[in-house]
Amino acid sequence: MNARKAARGLSLHAVIWLIGAFVAVPLIYAVISGFKSTGELTTNPFGLPRHWKTANYTGILGEEMFWRQIANSAGIAIGTAFCTVAASAMAAYVLARYAFRGRELFYTLFTIGLMFPFAVAVLPLFLLLRTFGLLDNPLGVILPQAAFGLPMTIIILRGFFRTVPAEVEEAAVMDGCGKFRFFWKILLPMARPALGTVSVLAIVASWNNFFLPLLVFNDPTWQTIPVGVQQFQGQYSTDYALVLAYIVLAMVPALAFYAVAERQLIGGLTAGATKG
Amino acid sequence: MRRSPAPARSLPRGLGSWASVAWFLAPALVLFLVFVLAPIAVAVHTSFYKWGGIGPLGDFVGLENYARLFADQVFLGDMGRGLYLIVLSVTVQLPFALFTAVLLNQKLRGRAVYRMLFFAPYILSEVVTAVLFTMIFLPGAGMADHLAAALGLEGLQGKWLADPSTVMPTLFVVMTWKYFGFHMMLFLAGLQSIPREVLDAASIDGAGAWQRFRHVTLPLLGPTVRISVFLSIIGAIQLFDLVWVMTAGGPNHSSETMAISMFQFGFKRYQVGYASAISVVLFMISLVFSLFYQRYVLRRDLNGAVTTGGAR
Repeated sequence: MNARKAARGLSLHAVIWLIGAFVAVPLIYAVISGFKSTGELTTNPFGLPRHWKTANYTGILGEEMFWRQIANSAGIAIGTAFCTVAASAMAAYVLARYAFRGRELFYTLFTIGLMFPFAVAVLPLFLLLRTFGLLDNPLGVILPQAAFGLPMTIIILRGFFRTVPAEVEEAAVMDGCGKFRFFWKILLPMARPALGTVSVLAIVASWNNFFLPLLVFNDPTWQTIPVGVQQFQGQYSTDYALVLAYIVLAMVPALAFYAVAERQLIGGLTAGATKG
Repeated sequence: MRRSPAPARSLPRGLGSWASVAWFLAPALVLFLVFVLAPIAVAVHTSFYKWGGIGPLGDFVGLENYARLFADQVFLGDMGRGLYLIVLSVTVQLPFALFTAVLLNQKLRGRAVYRMLFFAPYILSEVVTAVLFTMIFLPGAGMADHLAAALGLEGLQGKWLADPSTVMPTLFVVMTWKYFGFHMMLFLAGLQSIPREVLDAASIDGAGAWQRFRHVTLPLLGPTVRISVFLSIIGAIQLFDLVWVMTAGGPNHSSETMAISMFQFGFKRYQVGYASAISVVLFMISLVFSLFYQRYVLRRDLNGAVTTGGAR
């Protein structure tokens, strides 16, 4: 019996290792290949580098362009998260806690936004942004991203705001607290965990967005990391090791952020998915 | 996850004036109308014209763009390829994600690490993933060719993304790599909401592991499965970034998706009217599918969270 159990445990681990290899090998391959020369990549694809060549990585880290892309991505992600969460929190507040005619209509309007594929809107969005003069302007990316982030954020925040007992609000009103002050001084601080979750979701979505920055930014000064990665691949398409080093470095901020914000991210996604 | 029943006794008294409600709603509403709804209206409008995208709107052609669309073999192929990815996602990727979730739901050393690892690809941008796999599948130099040689599959060498017969399965493998961890997380959350006692009771009644899974776990996981299927399908319909960076729809249109066609016509070939018609069709497919799915499949799970607005 014990032997059977041990065997089961062993095969269980074998299966997990296999799945783990499926996920990890491409990542490890990229990291190690970044230390090789492109010539060695062809002759020695799997082994460790004969000479650990750090020039690929250090060269990229010395590029101003790389850092600029990181800063652009970060700035746009923070701007997007701020706009999404601010607008959503205000809307979710009234949608959660006020009775007014048309409330469910407005809520439904926002939630059907979940079904609108970004790909559908991107072409007319481009025409619109061109008309507004928002091309090559970070607002041209931030505002649409915020708009497309509203549905999910409003759903999550409204769900959370509804869990705040009415007594809290009654007591606040009794003490002479107006609705703006209640929202600002009491509800938002209480909602900090939920706000954290939706901010993390907005940041990740913005950081990874490719379609919109690709269209909006012609001028390389504004390029974000995903666009930069694609351009870099086009430019150095034959220097495979260098391209791999570039994407490894591009992964680092995202993975670091994931390590820090794992809980909010996964909590938000699972809550968001089941609610939306 | 169940919505907590707590609820929102509203406080209209002294608070509910239209002006203040409007003030709170305005930012979200304006953003939403301008950047989400207006573009869709613009797409519908533009789709009736023959227009290059610059200058005044061109000739009104009525439904001609749509007629052309449904006569276009490539576009019909786009739909077929979308369907192909949907079928594979639902029959291969989701069961794989569920299988992994069940494994990781057991007591297991290093479970948290595996969980972190399997979810990690989902965090990476589609573009980074796409470039990584472009390198891996590079004819001649990529890891995949070497791997094929080592496994005695020389026939695959140099093909992968470069051959019309292998490009879609290869893309599907990349999609699975990228997205299965996300579904695994959803399933894990679902599994954890199944009370231990129910499974124990089944054990006592003599149900084996498979029977417990089939007759207890799976039915109780129904809501999660239905959400996963929904997200997979929507994701497959709208797939763009991964494919654009890896193949741009090639070779010879064999990996083109609807979003890629739209991009090609709209931004590369300057047939904006035609590209808008593709947008509108993509939109209609998503909308009809979503409404249908919400109405007939998700209704029992969510009590209409999306279409009728959750809490009544």
